[in-house]
Amino acid sequence: MTYALEISALAKTYKGGFQALKGIDLTVEKGDFFALLGPNGAGKSTTIGVITSLVNKTDGQVKVFGYDIDTDLEKAKSFIGLVPQEFNFSQFEPLMHILVNQAGYYGVPKPLAIERAEKYLKQLELWDKRDEPARALSGGMKRRLMIARALMHEPQMLILDEPTAGVDIELRRSMWGFLRELNMQGITIILTTHYLEEAEMLCRNIAIIDGGEIVEDTSMKKLLAQLDVETFVFDIKVAATVAELEQFVEQSQEITYRVIDDHTLEIDLNKSQNLNQVFEQLNVANIEVQSMRNKSNRLEALFVSLINKKSSATKSKSQSAAVGAN
Amino acid sequence: MNNSIALKSILTKEIQRFMRIWVQTLVPPAITISLYFVIFGSLIGSRIGEMGGFDYMSFIVPGLIMMSVITNSYSNVASSFFSAKWQRNVEEMLVAPVPNWVIVAGYVGGGMCRGILVGLIVTLVSLLFVDIQLHNIWVIIATVVLTSATFALGGLINAIFAGSFDDISIIPTFILTPLTYLGGVFYSISLLPDFWQGVSQANPIVYMVNAFRYGFLGISDVSLVTAFAVIIFFIVTLFTIAMTLISKGIGLRS
Repeated sequence: MTYALEISALAKTYKGGFQALKGIDLTVEKGDFFALLGPNGAGKSTTIGVITSLVNKTDGQVKVFGYDIDTDLEKAKSFIGLVPQEFNFSQFEPLMHILVNQAGYYGVPKPLAIERAEKYLKQLELWDKRDEPARALSGGMKRRLMIARALMHEPQMLILDEPTAGVDIELRRSMWGFLRELNMQGITIILTTHYLEEAEMLCRNIAIIDGGEIVEDTSMKKLLAQLDVETFVFDIKVAATVAELEQFVEQSQEITYRVIDDHTLEIDLNKSQNLNQVFEQLNVANIEVQSMRNKSNRLEALFVSLINKKSSATKSKSQSAAVGAN
Repeated sequence: MNNSIALKSILTKEIQRFMRIWVQTLVPPAITISLYFVIFGSLIGSRIGEMGGFDYMSFIVPGLIMMSVITNSYSNVASSFFSAKWQRNVEEMLVAPVPNWVIVAGYVGGGMCRGILVGLIVTLVSLLFVDIQLHNIWVIIATVVLTSATFALGGLINAIFAGSFDDISIIPTFILTPLTYLGGVFYSISLLPDFWQGVSQANPIVYMVNAFRYGFLGISDVSLVTAFAVIIFFIVTLFTIAMTLISKGIGLRS
C-alpha cells in the first residue's frame, strides 16, 4: 500500500548536538486528516521541515506518495503544499504576485495560476486585497494568504503547522470548514496545532511527539476511548440555594457532584456511569437543568497525561541510571 | 515539471522587485554618473587632455558604464536574495520542485536585467555629455552580458553567506569598489609602473573594463581573447560555487 507519508527511523541532530528527532516512524494514509501534536520543542516543526526539505535529516527515510525524498525529491515536493508556522512571504509584494509566482515555481502556466489565485482569494475572503502588499494584511489574513499560496499547485497533501495560531475563534471556525472541505475533496491533511480542540474536531488519526519520539500513534477515536473520566457542567434552570445544592450533593450516591455556585453543578462521570443516572438523581431532587456542556477539552486531558507519563518515565530512567552509576 | 515556467517566475519576481522600487534602484546610478561626468569629465578631464588617443571624457565613458553594470548586478542579487532569506520567502522556492540551477539562473538573470538596464540608462545620460562612438557592438553586448552575469553570481554567493544586512555591504565597500576604481575605469593601466601593471592584471575588472572599452573605442590594455577567457573562467567558477552552496543548503537549510 502506498501511503501519503511514510517516515521510518527519521533522526535529526542539529549543529551543537541537540537531537530533535530520535528515529521516529510514522505513516499517514491517503485522504487522512492527521494531527501531529506535541509540546513546544517536541520535534513537530523539525519533522515538517524534513518532509518539505527545509531541514536536512541526519538519518532515516521519508517517502511522499511513494517517492523517496533522497532519490525523487522534486517529485515528492510536487505533492506537498506547506502552510508554515511563521509568515514567510515577501511583505512588499502584492497578494496576486505572491500567488502567481508560487504557482510558477511548480510549473503552473500563468493563465491557470491567475484563475486559481482568483478562486482561492475569493474562497478565503482576500479577493479585495489582491493588489495590496502583504504587509497591509491583518494576522488572520496573512494566515489565509499562506493557505491560498499552499494550494496554488493543487497539492495532494497539505501540511499545516499551527495554521490558526493567533486567529480569532470566528475565523478559526471558518478555516476549519475550509480545511474539512479540502479533505472531503481527497486532499490528505497533516495538522499541528496547540488548540487541541481543533485536532479533536478535525482529525481522524493522531500522533503525539515528545522529546523527538512518538509517544502515541493511533486513531482519535481510540485515543479518546482511553479517557476514564469526563467532567460535565450543568447549568441549573431555577436557582437553588447553595445550601440546597450541597445537601443534594451529600445525599447523592455513586456519582460525584461539585457545587460551583447556585446555578452550576459539576459532575465527574467515569466509564461505568452514564448521564441517565445523573438525570434520574436530578429529577428526584427536583433540580431542573437548563443546559449542559463538557467542561474540559477531552484531548487536552489525555495529551497532558501522555506527556507527563513520558517525562516521569524519562526521569525515573535517569534516576536509575544515576543510582547505577553510584 | 516545466522548469522554464519556474525560471520565468523567479525572473519576473526579480524584475518586479527592482522596478517597484525604481527610485532606489534606477535613479541613483543616473545621478551618480552625471556627477562623475561633470567632475571627472568636464572639470578635471579638460585639464588631463587625451588618454589612449581619445579625449578624457570619451575614454572614461565605457568604464563608468561598466562600473554601474557591475555595482547594480551585484547589489541587486545580494540584497534581493538576502532579504528573501531574511523574510524567509526563499522557502517558497525551496519547498517547490525547482531545481537549484533554476534558482541560480533566476536570481542571476534578475541581477543581469538590472545591471544591463542601468547600463542603458547611464549610456543615455552620457550622451548628454559626450558623443559615443561604437567600434564593435558585439563585443559591447558580449562584455556587458558576461560581466553582469559574473557579478550577479558574486552577489548571490555573498547573500548565501550573509547573516545580516551589514554582511552584504562589506564586500561591495571593501572589495568591489577598490577593485573597480583600480580596474582602469579612469586611467589606462599602461600609465602605471611595471610592477603595478602586473598587480593590475590580477584584477578581473581590468579585463571587463578594457574589453568593454574596446567595443566602444577600439583600444584595450589587454588582449580581447584573454579578457573573455578571464570573464568566462570567473563565471564558471562562481556558478559552480553557487550551485554547490545551494545544493548543500548552506545558509538556507538547517
